[in-house]
Amino acid sequence: MQLTGNLFSSLSAILGYEISTLPDFPAEIRAPQGTIGGVSGFQVQLGSGVYTPGDKADVIVAMNAAALKVSAMNKHYHDHAIIIVDTDSLTDKDLEKALYKTDNPFTELAIPESVQIVPVALTTLTKEALKDSGLDNKSMLKSRNMFALGLICWLFDEPMDEAIHLLEDKFKKKPALIEPNTKVMVDGYNYGQNLALSVNQIRLEANDNPKVQGRYTSIAGNKATAWGLIAAAEKAGKHLFLGSYPITPATDILHELAGRKDMNVMAVQAEDEIAGVCTAIGAAFAGDLACTSTSGPGLSLKSEAIGLAVMAELPLVVIDVQRGGPSTGLPTKTEQTDLMQALYGRNGECPAVVLAASSSANCFDFAYEACKIALENMTPVILLTDTYLANGTALWRIPEMAELPEIKPQSVPEELKGHYNPALRDERGVRYWAFPGMEGYEHRNIGLERDAEKGTISTNPANHEQMVLARKHKIEQIADRIPELKVIKANSQQPITDSTLLVGWGSTEGHLHAAANEIGCDLAQFNYINPLPKNTREVLSRYKRIVVCELNTGQFAAYLRAQFPELPIEQYNEVMGQPFAVERIVNFVKSVKR
Amino acid sequence: MEASQFKSDQYVRFCPGCGDHAICMAIQKAMAQIGIEPHQVAVISGIGCSSRMPHYLNTYGFNTIHGRGGAVATGVKTSHPELTVWQMSGDGDCFAIGGNHFIHEIRRNVDLNVCVFNNRIYGLTKGQYSPTSAKGFVSKSSPFGTIERPFVPGQLVLGAGGTFFARTLDVDMPTTVDCLVAAQQHKGCSIVECLVNCVIFNNGTHAWIADREQRAEHSIILKHGEKMIFGKNNDKGLAVEIDPHTFVPKMIVVSADDPRVLTHDATQQDPTLHRLLALMGQDRFVEVQKDGAPEANDALPVALGVIRNVEAESYDEAVNKQIADVREHAKAHCFDELTATLESWEM
Repeated sequence: MQLTGNLFSSLSAILGYEISTLPDFPAEIRAPQGTIGGVSGFQVQLGSGVYTPGDKADVIVAMNAAALKVSAMNKHYHDHAIIIVDTDSLTDKDLEKALYKTDNPFTELAIPESVQIVPVALTTLTKEALKDSGLDNKSMLKSRNMFALGLICWLFDEPMDEAIHLLEDKFKKKPALIEPNTKVMVDGYNYGQNLALSVNQIRLEANDNPKVQGRYTSIAGNKATAWGLIAAAEKAGKHLFLGSYPITPATDILHELAGRKDMNVMAVQAEDEIAGVCTAIGAAFAGDLACTSTSGPGLSLKSEAIGLAVMAELPLVVIDVQRGGPSTGLPTKTEQTDLMQALYGRNGECPAVVLAASSSANCFDFAYEACKIALENMTPVILLTDTYLANGTALWRIPEMAELPEIKPQSVPEELKGHYNPALRDERGVRYWAFPGMEGYEHRNIGLERDAEKGTISTNPANHEQMVLARKHKIEQIADRIPELKVIKANSQQPITDSTLLVGWGSTEGHLHAAANEIGCDLAQFNYINPLPKNTREVLSRYKRIVVCELNTGQFAAYLRAQFPELPIEQYNEVMGQPFAVERIVNFVKSVKR
Repeated sequence: MEASQFKSDQYVRFCPGCGDHAICMAIQKAMAQIGIEPHQVAVISGIGCSSRMPHYLNTYGFNTIHGRGGAVATGVKTSHPELTVWQMSGDGDCFAIGGNHFIHEIRRNVDLNVCVFNNRIYGLTKGQYSPTSAKGFVSKSSPFGTIERPFVPGQLVLGAGGTFFARTLDVDMPTTVDCLVAAQQHKGCSIVECLVNCVIFNNGTHAWIADREQRAEHSIILKHGEKMIFGKNNDKGLAVEIDPHTFVPKMIVVSADDPRVLTHDATQQDPTLHRLLALMGQDRFVEVQKDGAPEANDALPVALGVIRNVEAESYDEAVNKQIADVREHAKAHCFDELTATLESWEM
């Protein structure tokens, strides 16, 4: 199902639609098929002005009885939606597996009359299409999804030749699969045409006026993150080193970088999460652009070592692809629950820079920015993304190296040769970077407290406080080098209120933007969390009502209240392992009167 | 080069009489003998008495966090194979909290020179038993004696597929320097177990072999290509006997002129004999010898010197070679070339 979804999304993007996708699958590798827990879904919204994968679907393709039930239970579709359902997968046995109580699933699920149900014998039709192919039964059944894809392409008026081209590209390593899959897909398309299926209420508008002209592709968040690191290393003139341990949903970053030896990337699959970050710290000590990628449980394990990088003042990029927690939690679902851990989850006074990407495509920009800040300020930077961004795909304008901002690593000046020590700082308070192999800069770095002048071990009380404040100041001064907070204005037919502000951070930007449009209010979406943009207080204090919306129980709201106790901060939270539903945010803001 | 070129200006803070002083000097001497410039050397450590070592060496150094020296060192060496990388660690740092990194640096055969200072006690935290304390050992955290079986480090190294293992003693400077130099010359993960005395919390732990009067009888210094002969009068030799019923081989002591006396081959790929050698004379280090209990099998000497030294491709070499190979045949070598390979469209 994930393959079908990805193909349809890519096809839509090529045709000029904006896309936003939400793959949603169980944690198990082969979850029991046909059961409620085993449903794997892929949601995509296309059109123009697309901010989210959408709350409710116009078209549902239910490949079996369980999928139909899950969609109905979650009220996943509009009243006038089309539900395409595989009638071959509604046998008594299938209904039993999906725990139906009667033999009429549509009545039992109370699907409204207004919903158009399109029963298609997908399995039979696929087998019919492939009867001369020589494929065995199992392989034929696997192509069932392609029949559905063809049918959807017909519904959304997407041309077959482009789709065939994509399919050929997808199966180029297994050429034997190209012909049968193409045949099934085209048969699916023709089937839709023959039945004259149509979706009346869907009016798709291609995005023919993108903000920036250029070359576009569709990209998943994890890949965009990996490529941001690659671009930053090239710009900075550094080798890229990744130390990482496999963990859902961050592993694709490791996969991508392990495969990018052509870009001179050194990717070490470490023996554990701690070794992932520690090998990276070793590479940073030796002068590389060093990164580690993980998810929440891995960030917990890396905490002490991130503290070492804070203390040793080494550049380090830590990518936390957040998932549902705590503990093992919901490994394949999305949440924003690691914010406090990223900000404070270390022993001692241990400040690190915290950034958050807000779309699958801008994972590239913020991975790049994380590297820039780390290298220029000799500090660990934690970049927060999440399952939703990591697995979702979005339209990405491909940048050229020349247009990306300069990165100037904090290299030690020549005149310090022979006098260098690891405590020496520039006027901004950032220490200089010298590394093994450089003659005349030999030094000992430490996780122990160091003397502010000599750089050697010190237990002096006043020196410790001086160093705590020096490390704090070093992070604070970064606010001078990041963009100011810009409010996103509502693009809405609604009467605009200038007294309410929606506030969010990271991956919720699309949903909050859509909600702000519906409410008719402004939105402030944060990508820079520590330090905050310098004008944050000034911007927030313009509003009478500030609603901080996040997928946790109020971590960013608490952070803002601690910094700006005078501001009237409300909060709206969901912790269901799913992205926001725009409708619920709108209802909350409209219904709660102040 | 002179050993003094590798001395830093820091005051050495090991306790008076601590075995670490001697190893520190041996490291400086070995580095001078090897002759690599101080700026090409990185010394990485974790936490513990032994992990203070980088501060006393005038090279690049990084005193990291407890147990993680091996992982940090792996990162340094892998990213910069041109550097000479040493790791300083202790029996707690390496075999307890850092055990995972230890076995994996050995398994991968990262080209590191690892000195493990084994004093069979936690010194810096003031006297708790360690993974190498003998069973029954009484310490602050085992007031009734430990109930744990200890590691024999040599066995652990061989079990992890180690390509180099040496054992040396703080009071034997020449053997220590020889082992350290051999460790540097070996390409791959070289483990040197340095038996050191903790004068404060575990004084005399290695007295059985460290004592000047007994050392020649209780230990043997193995040298590659030389006969395994020991004893005050060089009158004893080592041979292997195979039990005819179980086929289990065991080391035996024979007369030095016995034709069965073995010649040491550190380069033998098969680790069977190296394991037997590493396990010799370990009884009293594995279990505390109690009064009235049967005598420990002390007939076999403790092996010192380079026990195993075999060739194998190192991780850092292999991964950098793989990168070079891929780059040679790759279509794209920079970001703009990479993005050109994407399926894309103009808008």
